[in-house]
Amino acid sequence: MAENGSEMNYRLVPSTCVYCGTGCGVLLEVTGDRLSGTLPQKDHPVSKGALCIKGWSVHEFVYSERRLTKPMVRSGEVLVETDWEAALAAVADGLSAARDKHGPDSVGFFASARCTNEENYLLQKLARAVVGTNNVDHCARL
Amino acid sequence: MSDLKSIVREKLRDGADAFLCLKNEEGTVLPALITDADSPDLELVEVGDSRYPLGKILIDLLREYPDKRFAVLVRGCDERALVELSKLEQVDLERLVLVGVACSAEEAAACGCLRPYPSDIALGEKVEAAPGREVIDEVESLSDAERMAWWREQFSRCIKCYGCRNICPMCFCKDCALEEPHLVEPGVIPPDFPSFHIIRALDMTGRCIDCGLCEEACPAGIPLRSLYRKMQDIMEDKLEYRAGESAEERSPLSFLGSEQDIEKLEE
Repeated sequence: MAENGSEMNYRLVPSTCVYCGTGCGVLLEVTGDRLSGTLPQKDHPVSKGALCIKGWSVHEFVYSERRLTKPMVRSGEVLVETDWEAALAAVADGLSAARDKHGPDSVGFFASARCTNEENYLLQKLARAVVGTNNVDHCARL
Repeated sequence: MSDLKSIVREKLRDGADAFLCLKNEEGTVLPALITDADSPDLELVEVGDSRYPLGKILIDLLREYPDKRFAVLVRGCDERALVELSKLEQVDLERLVLVGVACSAEEAAACGCLRPYPSDIALGEKVEAAPGREVIDEVESLSDAERMAWWREQFSRCIKCYGCRNICPMCFCKDCALEEPHLVEPGVIPPDFPSFHIIRALDMTGRCIDCGLCEEACPAGIPLRSLYRKMQDIMEDKLEYRAGESAEERSPLSFLGSEQDIEKLEE
């Protein structure tokens, strides 16, 4: 329920489902200031008003309690919250050590359906141009 | 007859806090909530060709804004949905102003519902259309065994997306039988035949208002609408009830009936 006096708001934001390469048209429902659901875009040229179960649920991960919102670094058996500077330093050290010892193809990069196209582009660029491997994959292919 | 823009403005000036209608957003017509009679969005309102479950959206809006009144654009199917949802205590018609739009002759013929117009028409001309019976006639020409095989083939394509339930303006339960692991085994595609589809068909009995959004949303092209249409025909034939028609009379399946009702079903 909305707070008293808050402005009424319901709108649909057209977007593209991130879960696979098909590119189905989804409408993200916003109620108040909250992402509240997903509808199929009826006249979308790809999906023509239909979605699979992933498309219908595409809004759900945004508020998931299991979503990581802060960087964590593993220390022994446990994950410890840290800042981005320290987290990225740990990643760089780990990747460099693996590449220097076993070669660039000892490293793999796993992109994500929950990132933007541009973020995924940057990840494969890092893999190919910086580390020197074509080991790039994505959860949508599985 | 006035145009949609003037109607939206008039209703917003006349006591409605918001108008749920559709507007053209860069070439795509989508549901939109307009709260201001002077909003630039008024220039973009249109009925459009695509139907969205406005009744379902309203259930949420009425709960989110419990002290507000809404005007809403309704086709015949939207009105039937709201009437039935009101009897099921999901919407309060007292808080709604319905602005009726009649489907065009082309739309009505393509869709084939029994009443392609609302009770009070503000936009468009009322046309009657022949009810869509092709699939029902085809299935009824088959023997029982052939019918079973026919439906088995149709439902073998189900990818269990839950789109039929998700888009349905009449599906509002918080806990859905189709998500109960003891009724529907998780992770199995296609879902068990015929139980999955019988659960849904039974839930639609006396409730389905024949909007056809389920069939439009089905990625597998399963003729769900014909199945639910047949259920409503049986309801009318046996229990003289058709969902969404009367604002007062409740579905015989929503209260405890008499012995006579049960005898009628057995005939």
